[in-house]
Amino acid sequence: MRSFNLISSLILSAVTASILVVTSVQASGEVNVYSARKEALIKPLLDQFSNTTGIKVNLITGKADALLKRLQVEGSATPADLFITVDAGRLHRAKEAGVLKPVFLPLLEKTIPKELRDNAGYWYGLTLRARPIIYAKDRVKPAELSTYEALAGAQWDGRLCLRSSQSVYNQSLVAATIDALGAKATQSWIEGMVKNLVKAPSGGDTDQLKAVSAGVCDVTITNTYYLARLINSSKKADQSVAAKLAVFWPNQSGSGVLGRGAHFNVSGAGFTKYGKNPKQAQALLEYLASESAQVWYADINNEYPVLKGVEISSALKSFGDYKMDPIDLEILGQNNRQAVQLMDRAGWK
Amino acid sequence: MFKSHGLSVFAVVIAAFLSLPIIVIVSYLVQADGVLWRHLYETVLSDYLINSLLLLLGVGTGVLLLGVPTAWLTSMCSFPGRRWLSWALLLPLAMPAYIIAYTYTGLLDFAGPVQTWFRDLTGLSYGEYWFFEIRSLGGAIVMMSLVLYPYVYLMARAAFLEQSVSSIEVGCSLGYSRWRAMWSLALPMARPAIIAGLSLALMETLADYGTVQYFGVSTFTTGIFRTFYGYGDTAAAAQLAASLLAFVILLVMLERYSRRRAQYHSAAESRARADLIPLRGSKVGIAIVICLVPLMFGFIVPATQLLLLAVFEAKPLGWDFVGLAWNSFSLAFLAAIVAVTLAIILSYAKRSKPIKPVRTAIAMAGFGYALPGTIIAIGVLIPLAWMDHGLIALFESAGWDSPGLLLSGSLVALLFAYTVRFLAVALGSVQSGLEKIKPSLDHAGRSMGHSPLAILRKIHVPLMRSSILTAVLIVFVDVLKELPATLILRPFNFNTMAVRVYELASDERLADAAPAAIMIVLVGLIPVLMLHASIARRRPR
Repeated sequence: MRSFNLISSLILSAVTASILVVTSVQASGEVNVYSARKEALIKPLLDQFSNTTGIKVNLITGKADALLKRLQVEGSATPADLFITVDAGRLHRAKEAGVLKPVFLPLLEKTIPKELRDNAGYWYGLTLRARPIIYAKDRVKPAELSTYEALAGAQWDGRLCLRSSQSVYNQSLVAATIDALGAKATQSWIEGMVKNLVKAPSGGDTDQLKAVSAGVCDVTITNTYYLARLINSSKKADQSVAAKLAVFWPNQSGSGVLGRGAHFNVSGAGFTKYGKNPKQAQALLEYLASESAQVWYADINNEYPVLKGVEISSALKSFGDYKMDPIDLEILGQNNRQAVQLMDRAGWK
Repeated sequence: MFKSHGLSVFAVVIAAFLSLPIIVIVSYLVQADGVLWRHLYETVLSDYLINSLLLLLGVGTGVLLLGVPTAWLTSMCSFPGRRWLSWALLLPLAMPAYIIAYTYTGLLDFAGPVQTWFRDLTGLSYGEYWFFEIRSLGGAIVMMSLVLYPYVYLMARAAFLEQSVSSIEVGCSLGYSRWRAMWSLALPMARPAIIAGLSLALMETLADYGTVQYFGVSTFTTGIFRTFYGYGDTAAAAQLAASLLAFVILLVMLERYSRRRAQYHSAAESRARADLIPLRGSKVGIAIVICLVPLMFGFIVPATQLLLLAVFEAKPLGWDFVGLAWNSFSLAFLAAIVAVTLAIILSYAKRSKPIKPVRTAIAMAGFGYALPGTIIAIGVLIPLAWMDHGLIALFESAGWDSPGLLLSGSLVALLFAYTVRFLAVALGSVQSGLEKIKPSLDHAGRSMGHSPLAILRKIHVPLMRSSILTAVLIVFVDVLKELPATLILRPFNFNTMAVRVYELASDERLADAAPAAIMIVLVGLIPVLMLHASIARRRPR
C-alpha cells in the first residue's frame, strides 16, 4: 500500500504540472485551432507552418458540433482563434451560432473561387470533396447510369448500398437535392432509394466500396478520396477492391436541374469571434490556402484543391473531369435540418 | 453524533456537485420543442425504443450467461487451469466495445477473410448462402456481451470469494448438496453484487454509441446524436438524454423494490473459505470450455487480429506514443483515485445515516453512467464555463489579467466528467463490499468511542479491500477506454490513446489504429494483473 501511495502522489504531481502547462497557452506568437479535421490530416501542415513562420499552433480536434458547442459555451473567454471543419453545413451552423466573425482577406478573395467561400468572409473553403456514384465495372455499364435521381428507379432494386443517414456527407447530399428538386420530390427520391437498398445502411464510405466490390450490391454513393485511398494502398486486398470499381459523375448533362452537376462539399475554416490572435490566425489560414498546402492535401488525402491550377493526384486524375453542382454552399447548412427530417420520414436509417 | 451529521452534509454537498451536469441536462426539459418531438415521435422514436430495449435484454442475458458461471467455477470449483483463467477472464474488460466491433466486422463481413475463404471454397457468391450478419442488432448484442461480461464476473466473483464458509456449510449440514447450496444460498447471497455488475453492463450498453452507430442499429443513443449532430439541436438531444435517464431511474427503482427489505450481510469475521469443489472427468472439460469461450472470443481472437494488423499493415509507432500512453495512464489513474475515494465517502455516509437526502443525492450522482459521454461533457462544460466567466470577472475587477479558462479549459473538466460518468462504477463495487459487513461491527466501533471516519479507515476499508481495488480497476479501465467526453473536453495539444484510435478508425484506417488499440489493452492489463495479485495474496490456497 505504501508504494501505491508513492506512485499516486508522483502521478498526482505530474498531472498537476501538466495542467499548469496546458493552461498557459496564450502567449505571443501562437494560434489556437479547434479542428474537426482529424489530427493526422492536418498536423503535418500545421508543423510545417510553425517551422516556416515560428508561430506555434495549439490544436484540439473533435467532432464539429461538439467543438461548436464548446465555442458557444466558452463565449468571450474562448482561447480558439480558428475553427476548421470538413462540411460547409457546419461552417454555416457556426456562422449562425454567432461564434465566427467576418474577415476580409484580399489574397484569398482573389485565389479562392467565390462559390467556395462565404460572401461576407465568415469562412473560406480549403479543399473540395466530390460525392459521385461508384459502380461495379463488371456488372454495370456506365450507360445505365445518369443521375442521382435515377438511383431510385426500379432497375436498381436490390442493387444499391448506401451509408447511414447519420453521415453528414449524405445529409449534405440530401440538402443539396432539396434545393434542386424541392422537398416533395426529394422525399420520393429517398423513398425509392431506400426501397432499392440491398441491406440496411451500416459502416463508412470504405465499407460501401467493399460491398460493391464483393458483389453485395452494384452501385453506391461515396466521396472520391476513399476510393483513391484504396487505389493508392500498399495492400493487395485494397487494390483488388479498387480494381473492380469505377467513378460515374452524375447529373452532367440534360437541361435544368438534371444537368446541375455532381454533388460536392468543402472543408474550410473561419475566424472565431473572440479570437485573441487574429494576425497569426490569418497567417495560418493563408498558409492553408497556399499552393504547397493545397498540393499536400491533394497528395495525401486525395482531395481536390480549391486553388485553380494546382496539380491533383494521379488517382484523382483517373476519375476524369466533372461538372460541379454550382449550389451556394450556405444552402447545405440551411437545409440540413430539413434533410434529416426527410431521411427520417423516408426510412433512410 | 455531530460528526456523523457533518458527514451526511458533506456527502450531500459532494453528491450535489457531482449531479450538476445531470441537473443541467434535465433542465433542458423546460425548453422542449414540440415540433421536433412530434416529428421524432412520428418517425423514429419507436424504432429507437424497441432497439434499445432489445439490446438491453440481449446484453443482459449475455453478460449473465458469460459472467456468473465463470465466476462460480473459478471461485468455488477446482480444475486444472483455474488459476490463470480466473484472471484471464478479466482481459476482455480492456477491450473497448467499438474496437471489438471493428475487428469482428473485418473478420466476418462479406469482404472479410472468413466469407471470402468460404466463397472460394464453395464457389458460391454473395447472397447464395446464409452467414451471420455481424452488422446487426444481434451482432451488437454479441459484441457488447463479450466485453461487458467482466463487470458481472468481477462483482460476482468478489462476492463468492467473500462469502463465508459457514452459510454454505450450514446449508450442507441441512442436507443440501453442494450444487443445491450454490443455487439456493450462494447465488441469492451474491445477488446484490451480480445485480450491481449487471446494471453497470446495462448502463454502459445504453451509453454506447460507437458500436451501434458502426453497425447501423438505431438506438436511443444514436438518436440523441442524430438530434445533436443532424438537427444541430442541443436542447432536443439533452431532452432525449433526460428521457433515457428517466428510464434508467425507473429500472433502478424496480430493482430496489424487488429487493425491498432483504439484507445481505455475512459474517465478515470469517476469513477461512470453503474447500473448493473438486471437478472430475468430463466436468473438468466442460468447466474449461465454459471459461475459455468468453476469453477466446472476447479477447484472444480480436487481440490477435489487432496484433496482426499492427505488425503487418500499420504505420510503425512514433515516439509520441510514449506521451499518449502517459496521458492515458495518468488520467485514468487519477480519475480512478478520485472517483473511488468519493464513492467510499458517499457510501459510508449513506451507511452510517441512511436518511433520505443522502440516499437521493447519492442515487442522483450515480446516474451519470447511463448517459453518453458527449452529453455528460456538455453538462460539465456549461457549469464550469459559467464558473470560469465568474472567475475572469473577479480577476478583472481586481485589475489582474484574465486567467483564461481555468476549469473548463483544463484537465479539471476532464477529471470532473470522468468522475460524474464513472462514479456509479465505483459506487456499485464499494457499496456491495460495504453491504456485506455486518452493522454490528460499526456499533462495536462506535461504542468504543471511534469517530465514523476512524471506523471507516480502521474497520471497513481493510475489510473491503478487494471491493475497493475492484472499483479502482474498473474506473481505471473505463477511463482508459473513454472517448466522447475526452474528445470534447481535453485541453490543447493533449491526446490520449483512445482519441488516437478513434481518429484513425473513424477515418476508416483500422489497420493504422491497431497499434494504439493494442496499447490501450496493454495499459489496461496493468491494473488487471495488480488486482489479481492482490486478491491472490489475500487468499492463500
